[in-house]
Amino acid sequence: MILGCFFALGGQGEYSPADASDTITLGFVIPLTGDIPKVGESSRYAAEMLREEIMAQGGLEVGGVKHELRFIYEDNESKPESAVMTMLKLIDRDRVLAIVGPQSSKQAVPAGQVANDNRTPMISPWSTNPDATLNRPWVFRAAFLDPFQAPVAVDFAMKQFNADKAAVLFALANDYSKGLAEFFRDDFESKNGKGSVVAFESYGDRDQDFSAQLTKILSAQPDFIFLPNNYNEVALIVRQASDLGWTGPFMGADAWGSAELMTLCGDLCKGHYFSTHYAAAGATGATKDFIEKYQAKYGYTPDDVAALTWDATRLVLEAIQSTGGLSGNLRNDRAAIRDAMAAIEEFDGITGSMRFDDEGDPIKCAVVVKINDAGEFEFTESVCP
Amino acid sequence: MESLFQNIMNALQWGSFYSLIALGYCLVYGVLRLINFAHGDIFMVGAFIAYFAATFLMGTYTDFSFGLSNPMVLLLTIPITMILTAGVGVTIERVAYRPLRNKGAHRLYVVITALMCGLILQHANLAVLGASRRSFPDLVERSVYTIGGVTFTNLRVATILAAFLVFAMLYTIISKTRIGMAMRAISYDRFAIPLMGIPVATIVVITFVLGSSLAGLAGLLYSMSYPVLEPYMGAMIGWKAFIAAVVGGIGDIRGAFVGGFLLGFLEIMVVAFFPSTFRDLIAFSILLLILSIKPTGIFGMAQTTKI
Repeated sequence: MILGCFFALGGQGEYSPADASDTITLGFVIPLTGDIPKVGESSRYAAEMLREEIMAQGGLEVGGVKHELRFIYEDNESKPESAVMTMLKLIDRDRVLAIVGPQSSKQAVPAGQVANDNRTPMISPWSTNPDATLNRPWVFRAAFLDPFQAPVAVDFAMKQFNADKAAVLFALANDYSKGLAEFFRDDFESKNGKGSVVAFESYGDRDQDFSAQLTKILSAQPDFIFLPNNYNEVALIVRQASDLGWTGPFMGADAWGSAELMTLCGDLCKGHYFSTHYAAAGATGATKDFIEKYQAKYGYTPDDVAALTWDATRLVLEAIQSTGGLSGNLRNDRAAIRDAMAAIEEFDGITGSMRFDDEGDPIKCAVVVKINDAGEFEFTESVCP
Repeated sequence: MESLFQNIMNALQWGSFYSLIALGYCLVYGVLRLINFAHGDIFMVGAFIAYFAATFLMGTYTDFSFGLSNPMVLLLTIPITMILTAGVGVTIERVAYRPLRNKGAHRLYVVITALMCGLILQHANLAVLGASRRSFPDLVERSVYTIGGVTFTNLRVATILAAFLVFAMLYTIISKTRIGMAMRAISYDRFAIPLMGIPVATIVVITFVLGSSLAGLAGLLYSMSYPVLEPYMGAMIGWKAFIAAVVGGIGDIRGAFVGGFLLGFLEIMVVAFFPSTFRDLIAFSILLLILSIKPTGIFGMAQTTKI
């Protein structure tokens, strides 16, 4: 506690003069253990690949000076309280210039408050819940929002499955899942009339049996089931639904897009659709380069988290470069980076081009992908705001 | 109506897991008056042992293939899992519980030790195997049947049958064999029993072998039904099974068995008739009500011969 106060007091001063040997330190608050470890792994791999690439060129050039890059990866255990703790540690003790992460809204929403209170720029690559950035000028994100994603899923499902009855199964304790489920329900009902979401069921933390909820959903006879859930739960839900005799389609959201989905879910997930940030199968240009480099280095196709972390980190680095030089005063530099990020006019990322709106949310397109018979995520259509 | 029968089917399956785990809690408690809080994590270890045994037999780790068919792999995985998990349980007993018991430590300290053992198992798993989840291979060809609107799989039926079979066997062991009699005797009076020439330490080890191999079997069946394995999978289901055992009347294996199914039915039926948001709230309020009316549990009696 005393130590914590000491660091908190010391946190606002000089960190070191800006010269050639100076390092730029960024913090990453990512889930290396807990519910979604693969997300943490992808984030770290992508960031590390970017760092090595820049270091191979001698460092990041800011105002004519080459800086060394130091990335600190902290585990938030996929828990909100750990995310807050690690945020404070990075801000006060490690004195980072900016923070990339946390990935899930479950951690990004509370962590955003910490970043905003401590005047440290934060960018969440993967969080899609509006609350993460709402009224927080210091917090940005690289992913589109759930209020945008939900209608994309609704429109696609209505068109693809000729659906006018939907069922939803979501995780109650997960801000992301609950928020997206509600946006989806509201949008679907506004387009198909009240009561067109025939079942709206939830489950708790660490639940592994969903048979009662699925029985209820199946007896309501929906045209498709919407699953805004993490990939590990998706694998169990899809299987149990098939055990109960469901042969209809599922529509998923961006949390499906992990490299681990297919190893856990297997053949049962093939043929289903989900909305996400980018499609790896059939990518072109810079996206293709990224995918090939990542695949060669780590041995599997990068998922959306990897791509978004890459973009988010590049956004921060670009903002640092456009400050025109670091003063060495942590407080001023953090403020300069925040302003530079907010002022980015056009950013060409591997998940598409974008700019920030007033809330720090990107204006960018979403894609719908199909899990094809080879287990790849195949581009189906793209929806722009 | 159809969905009611479907939910009874769901509840029987889900209750089977609670019951199998609750039986393990109950055995150890019955003999030693020790709440073995590591039991849920022994269940998790069982699931991982089953995973590695099955994938090893399928030839995932060696170039050499055993050439076994999947049903054969399953047949071998069952005893391997039960034996190795029993080994883990006995090791914990030897390393953690027996020294405390020999020194005559208060029961509270043994319970804390059990909690720690559970955490050690979780985090050892996390440290050694990493946080990535594992997908249990499909050992039996899944077939889905529908009879009169009720849909079930062959696996589901096997799980329910296994739970009843295990209970019947355990009940026979405890009520009909000499070992069972010795277990009941220790439960009755642990200090007088050595004077009768009953080897207490051996009987305690046998108790742990039985309890842990049940957890191993439950872990195997569980990962066949819910094939996503992770280090924390045992914690929540372990706590709930413990609650089930207490409500059933801990110390009496009929109580553990009934309590497990009771909790399974409550959890499923609450979802069937109420918004699913209220599941745990309503289910556990009902259990609380049962306990406040009958504090010793459904089959419990105040401190007499149990098990």
